[in-house]
Amino acid sequence: MNAPAKPKLKVATTSLAGCFGCHMSFLDIDERILELMKLVEFDRSPITDIKHCGPCDIGIIEGGLCNAENVHVLREFRANCKILIAMGACAVNGGLPAQRNHLSLPLILEEVYHAQHGLVDGFIPNDPELPLPLDKVHPIHEVVKVDYFIPGCPPSGDAIWKVLTDLLAGREPELGHGLIHYD
Amino acid sequence: MSQDKSFTLDGKTVPYQEGQTIIQAAMAAGHYIPHLCFNPEFKPHGSCKLCTVKANGRQTASCTQQAQPGMVVESDINELNDERRVLLQMLFVEGNHFCPSCEKSGNCQLQATAYELDMMSPHFDQFFPDRPVDASHAEYLLDFNRCILCSLCVRASRDVDGKNVFALSGRGIKSHLIVNAKSGHLADTDFSGSDKAAHVCPVGVILKKRVGFSVPIGQRTFDAQPISATPHPKVKGA
Ligand code: SF4
Ligand code: SF4
Ligand code: FES
Repeated sequence: MNAPAKPKLKVATTSLAGCFGCHMSFLDIDERILELMKLVEFDRSPITDIKHCGPCDIGIIEGGLCNAENVHVLREFRANCKILIAMGACAVNGGLPAQRNHLSLPLILEEVYHAQHGLVDGFIPNDPELPLPLDKVHPIHEVVKVDYFIPGCPPSGDAIWKVLTDLLAGREPELGHGLIHYD
Repeated sequence: MSQDKSFTLDGKTVPYQEGQTIIQAAMAAGHYIPHLCFNPEFKPHGSCKLCTVKANGRQTASCTQQAQPGMVVESDINELNDERRVLLQMLFVEGNHFCPSCEKSGNCQLQATAYELDMMSPHFDQFFPDRPVDASHAEYLLDFNRCILCSLCVRASRDVDGKNVFALSGRGIKSHLIVNAKSGHLADTDFSGSDKAAHVCPVGVILKKRVGFSVPIGQRTFDAQPISATPHPKVKGA
């Protein structure tokens, strides 16, 4: 008799204060995604359009924290995922969005929505539906415990593949020269 | 080989000349010990502590410790590499190191050393300090966000160029690099692109204007090979 099929691992992914570049890079694993689909099934992710993360084995976070909603989503992932991975520069150290950190938030909002040349009667959006921006942009490990990090802007498809396959094989992920990049 | 003029580094015999430091002898013999403030062309500064090794069981900076006969030196061991990684993480969070937009990326010793030591995250909370750049000079830019206070520009300007354009000021966490001009601006000094100081920064602070990204990211020095396999040009073949 055939052995029962191994249950698939559940993986959730999301993009917080990122540009989706890391997710695009994830897709650069190309046809290896078919191999991956034999081993995992996706919970919340841009691929499934599931809105909330359920209990998962691996959660992958792109992007840092720039608003209150980012923090809620991150906490939901941490509460549901056995292993949490920070994917890409923004999740790892704040990245591009954190380049606003030396400027005051009111000044930025004023400049973007009000003062800049060409904005006639501009006003700062205040719809209660909009998540409130944080004073500073933070990397995710400053708010929850993160188990593994894949640096890079974005990390290459090969780097993401290496970490995932290491984890799926029960190995400690290791990148090494050529795969570890901060740029 | 005579016991007199050699020591062992991680079990390998390394010859040295009288007066050489551990790192000088190691580099000359083609071995890599992580370092940031040491540059074989300058007097050692002994400040970053990346080069710390165990010499006869005691931790010491290998850029200032002279080699001794029969010394047993350990460098590439987990205990030291773990501590080096923490030093790197502190350097990263103290400044603003946004590598994707840094002209030095791929040629940067801080970044390459962090790759070498598998630094996967900054670990600590980011300081996100506010350090305005100095773009006053016609040809050169100073981006203080990336300064690691190695003092190589200070040493080059003082000891080679005879100019004293740069200095380290303040203490502890308040240490920072200053430019010796009343205005504090590089344009108001006699700094020039032909100065040694214009070419020694191991990170992306002292940058020539208008040549940025002429070599694409991904095709730079430490993209091709790790820093441990890239000897300093002045040491190659020594
Ligand atoms: S100086 Fe080095 S570590 Fe800092 S941002 Fe530039 S490349 Fe990255
Ligand atoms: S500017 Fe560069 S060379 Fe000068 S102290 Fe800072 S890191 Fe060192
Ligand atoms: S290289 Fe020796 S202390 Fe910096």
